[in-house]
Amino acid sequence: MSQKRLLARFAGPAVLLGAVLAAALVGAIMLAALGANPWTAYKALIEGAFGSVDAMADSALKAMPLLLVGVGISIAFRAGVINIGGEGQIIAGALLSTMTALALPDLPRIVLIPLVLVVGAVGGGIWGGIAGALKAYAGVNEILSTIMLNIIAVQIMNLLLRGPLIDPGEIERGSHIPQTERLSENADFPIMPGGTRLHLGVIIAILAAVVGYILLFRTTQGLRLRAVGHNPHASRYAGMPVKRNVVMALVYSGAFSGLAGVVLVFGSLGHRLTTDGGATTFTGAAGFNGIVAALFGGLHPLWTIPASFLFGGLLVGANAMQRAVQVPAALILALNGLIVVFVVSSIRARERLATWASEMRVEDESSPPEPPDPDRELVPETPG
Amino acid sequence: MADLKPGDVMLEMKGITKRFPGVLANDRVDFDVRSGEVHTLLGENGAGKSTLMKILYGLYKPEEGTIEFRGEPVDISSPSDAIDYGIGMIHQHFMLVPTLTVAENVALGLGTGSRFTQDLGPVKDRIRELSEAYRLHVEPDAYIWQLAVGERQRVEIMKAIYRDVSLLVLDEPTAVLTPAEVDDLFVTLREMTGSGRGLVFISHKLHEVMDLSDRITVLRSGRVTGYTVPAETSRENLAQMMVGREVLLAPNRTRVEVGAERLSIQGLNVESDRGTPAVTDFDLSVRGGEVVGVAGVSGNGQRELAEAITGLRHVESGNVLINNTDTTNWTPKEVRGAGVSYVPEERMRDGAIGAFTVAENLILLNHDAPPISNRGILQFRAIDTACSDLVSRFAVKTPTLETPTSSLSGGNIQKLIIARELSSEPTVLIASQPTRGVDIGAAEYIHSVLMEQRADDVAILLISEDLDEVMGLSDRIAVMYEGELMALMDREDATVERLGLLMAGVAEEKV
Amino acid sequence: MSEFFTISVLVATVASGIRLATPFLLAALGETLGQRSGVLNLGVEGVMLLGAFGAYYTTLETENTLAGILVGVGIGIVMGVLYGVVTLAFKAEQGISGIGIFIFGLGFSDLLFQSQVGTPLPIDRLSELEIPVLSEIKWVGEMFFQQHALVYVAFLLVPTMWYLINRTTFGLNVRAVGETPEAADSLGVSVDRTRYAAIIIGNALAGLAGAALALELGIFQQNLTNGHGFIAIALVYFGAWRPSRVMAGALFFGMVSATVLQWKTLGIVQGTTASVVAMSPAVLTIVVLVFVSRRIGAPSALTRPFDRGR
Repeated sequence: MSQKRLLARFAGPAVLLGAVLAAALVGAIMLAALGANPWTAYKALIEGAFGSVDAMADSALKAMPLLLVGVGISIAFRAGVINIGGEGQIIAGALLSTMTALALPDLPRIVLIPLVLVVGAVGGGIWGGIAGALKAYAGVNEILSTIMLNIIAVQIMNLLLRGPLIDPGEIERGSHIPQTERLSENADFPIMPGGTRLHLGVIIAILAAVVGYILLFRTTQGLRLRAVGHNPHASRYAGMPVKRNVVMALVYSGAFSGLAGVVLVFGSLGHRLTTDGGATTFTGAAGFNGIVAALFGGLHPLWTIPASFLFGGLLVGANAMQRAVQVPAALILALNGLIVVFVVSSIRARERLATWASEMRVEDESSPPEPPDPDRELVPETPG
Repeated sequence: MADLKPGDVMLEMKGITKRFPGVLANDRVDFDVRSGEVHTLLGENGAGKSTLMKILYGLYKPEEGTIEFRGEPVDISSPSDAIDYGIGMIHQHFMLVPTLTVAENVALGLGTGSRFTQDLGPVKDRIRELSEAYRLHVEPDAYIWQLAVGERQRVEIMKAIYRDVSLLVLDEPTAVLTPAEVDDLFVTLREMTGSGRGLVFISHKLHEVMDLSDRITVLRSGRVTGYTVPAETSRENLAQMMVGREVLLAPNRTRVEVGAERLSIQGLNVESDRGTPAVTDFDLSVRGGEVVGVAGVSGNGQRELAEAITGLRHVESGNVLINNTDTTNWTPKEVRGAGVSYVPEERMRDGAIGAFTVAENLILLNHDAPPISNRGILQFRAIDTACSDLVSRFAVKTPTLETPTSSLSGGNIQKLIIARELSSEPTVLIASQPTRGVDIGAAEYIHSVLMEQRADDVAILLISEDLDEVMGLSDRIAVMYEGELMALMDREDATVERLGLLMAGVAEEKV
Repeated sequence: MSEFFTISVLVATVASGIRLATPFLLAALGETLGQRSGVLNLGVEGVMLLGAFGAYYTTLETENTLAGILVGVGIGIVMGVLYGVVTLAFKAEQGISGIGIFIFGLGFSDLLFQSQVGTPLPIDRLSELEIPVLSEIKWVGEMFFQQHALVYVAFLLVPTMWYLINRTTFGLNVRAVGETPEAADSLGVSVDRTRYAAIIIGNALAGLAGAALALELGIFQQNLTNGHGFIAIALVYFGAWRPSRVMAGALFFGMVSATVLQWKTLGIVQGTTASVVAMSPAVLTIVVLVFVSRRIGAPSALTRPFDRGR
């Protein structure tokens, strides 16, 4: 490989690393301003994330919903749709699967677990599909609609958890905590061997990433999704059903997030669906953090695996950091936001580096496409 | 700065070199313009003419070279510098804001009034004055989106005159005009040079160049290949300087047996995006083995016609028949299935996906069927074989099948699209502006491919604003104006004059 | 329900509606200017949160609401410069970078709140500014002329913004740059400079909107804005990028919110219905977008970065 070609390969990851370092620097300044020692804080962060087998297991646990959402986001973005509705789609999947488990507690485990997974995916898929239909058939900007759907989903969850789904025990006890009863043991995700808290969810998440990869790059459906994402006009001229693809993109994307909801409920320690009314308590902001993971993974389902592990670690470490230096974990959320901004800002720089390093631009699968443009017009309806 | 007498050198560009990634756009170019002359920059697409003038106008910065204007060296790093020096440019794609009025477009950048208030009154008055003086009729309060193409060009010229430019560059100004409008334009241009201005006329249309120019500079692949004047040259000579070898200005046509009617358009009525009629009561039929050319300036309904036939646009009334089957308002996929292929006007927007690889674009149409895919899973080995075959058959120059299509030159992208479309072995081919923006070599090749298809009993509908192309390739020629079929004639009966009048909307008397 | 339909209650509701509309209106006007220049800012929510916290904290410490307002605006200006750099110098994808700023604002405001304040301490609220004479007109006075200063500012900004966009040279540049930046550039108008100005003004207004919210409510908490910023963006689409129609939309939302609150106070809705009703702004936004999304009128260059010579 020529020297220039080699440089081109590393340009992408190098710039990504630069974005993270820049965010870390800003974080260090913030920490110092808040009276904490950045070194101590970051040390606690990294130890809390990766310092022991237990810690890594916790990071992996935290990473699972990020990975699932991230894979879904990669599909959506590559199809030209910006899906910010991860939060709502997680909730939809969680609600539907919980209701299933409450309704059919006696099904054997071998049936119940796959069932709740499927139902969860369906729930998330429907919630995403609503935004997809709004975009395809009513021209509604999907960023705005998915965000509104997030808000609506949270309220629906509140409604249901205070109402029909509430643990009868709560009513008896008079405490009215909005949570369901402990769900059927048959739906418990089995713990993985190794003595940690790691459970089946990690296998499901990784499998989902592989499925996502195959879907995007090895199937005709994936070709169509990417075609529409790059150029809806030419896709239409080639006879592809553009509107249907837009809807399907959000359905697939929502389905993956729905799976995340299932994992969050059935893999949780309490084995119940619970909330405190807050918007992100149940999801842990996975709907947003998953976007960060996806961007970091170059919108490629397989690269999102290490990316989400990294970010899962950050979130776990943030709690350790909070304990160590008394700086609220919200710092990490802020830094995640900065990372998004830095990564997106660096895309042009990466392009220019890549062009400079090769006479003819050669694209391999791992070079990230630009995130899509939500206000780009969809082509008008075809007759017939 | 001294006032110039006619004939004095106004502009001198020396040793201009401009590099883009992978391309040397200008290679030590020397170019000068004298006061009162029309100096044409001639070359085919990609020769470097636009680049050179964009450097002059401050849109690009050259790697090497100097520019002297009115005897003084100048440094032009932005359009406002160029404007300050009195250099104006009429761009190929108009630089007008559609949602603003004529007056607002003219006033843009002039800072009339203070930053905080704006008074367009004096601007409108002056526009009316200049309108009279140069016979350049524009209405200051009209919105640009309301104006037709010829009027918009007048606004562009008004912008330049308003700013009192002494050197005006016109980049392919006649591309969007009828022959009559071209004559009007040339009259205005002569007025302008009469008052001592210098004009640079960029073109690739040989007959116009011979008509209008005082001097001609020919560029090829970024280098100057000749300086001449019309009296000492000919169209063939110019073509040779442009291309570097003998050029076949009209392709070889063999006699072909005309077959059955394959495409029939009956009483077609189609609306534009705005809801106004774009195609009105259109009747046309194309038989296997013949090329029917539709001549006309872009914007007279050609796009809507092609889209209606291929299922991309709704047909209000009338019928489209393909091989005697009524395909009116079928979906694009269904129309393709009926044996129709389409090479669209805007290849990067409608024909190919820039970010996709060459292979991905080639399988765009047939990805759903074996052997390219099997039950939804793409079969990469079969894809490789099929695409390699297409690429070599149609001479698409690309480093690999995985190269992103946007890296290819315009001509190769067009060949890729044609390869893809023809691989489905259509019986009807619709080609819209097939050689626009394509270098002469690729254009020649595309023409030969069209002739091959014609010999293969394919019915070809050729839509083109290039009269040379239409007259060179067609068996019968139709003219389209404002959505209507103005006339249909055999090739032998067509002349530039006759077509020109029809294209401008002058109907012929029925004898 | 009959308690709701008394004059005094209705008047109070309208007055409240106007007050509640103010943050929407301020943010939406700012976003309108930005979008007319071709720049989409999805981070409004984040900027509002930061402005809200800044105003809250300043007022808490200084007991001076004016200082709070100024800090809110200042934060908006800083964020405007940041967003300008990201969008114009780095040419980042505007949708995603906006969401990044939203996440940043969400986290950073919460971080500061938790570390600097901890518990939601109440602050001074904006006092009412009665317009002499007009405020004494029966009913009308109470509805329109007994509001706090920022309400008047917001509504006066509507004609101001209209004048800025349609009758000044800067406004002409903005309109040109948002439709056909190549044309403006070819005539010597600096596309980037015009957009920077529009972005900074827009973000300053978002910061002001956040300050207005915090100072109206007299409190701060995590995610105080809860979607207000995004609704403001939807209002820009709803108003077809025209200040007067944006104002109509903001008033509509203000009235809806005020009505919902009034119903809660009067006990007309409670418990689970409260959740349903809390959803209503979001549902309404979607309905609004469905009806308005014929994108005739969107600035053509919206979200497209400008590269000379492309």
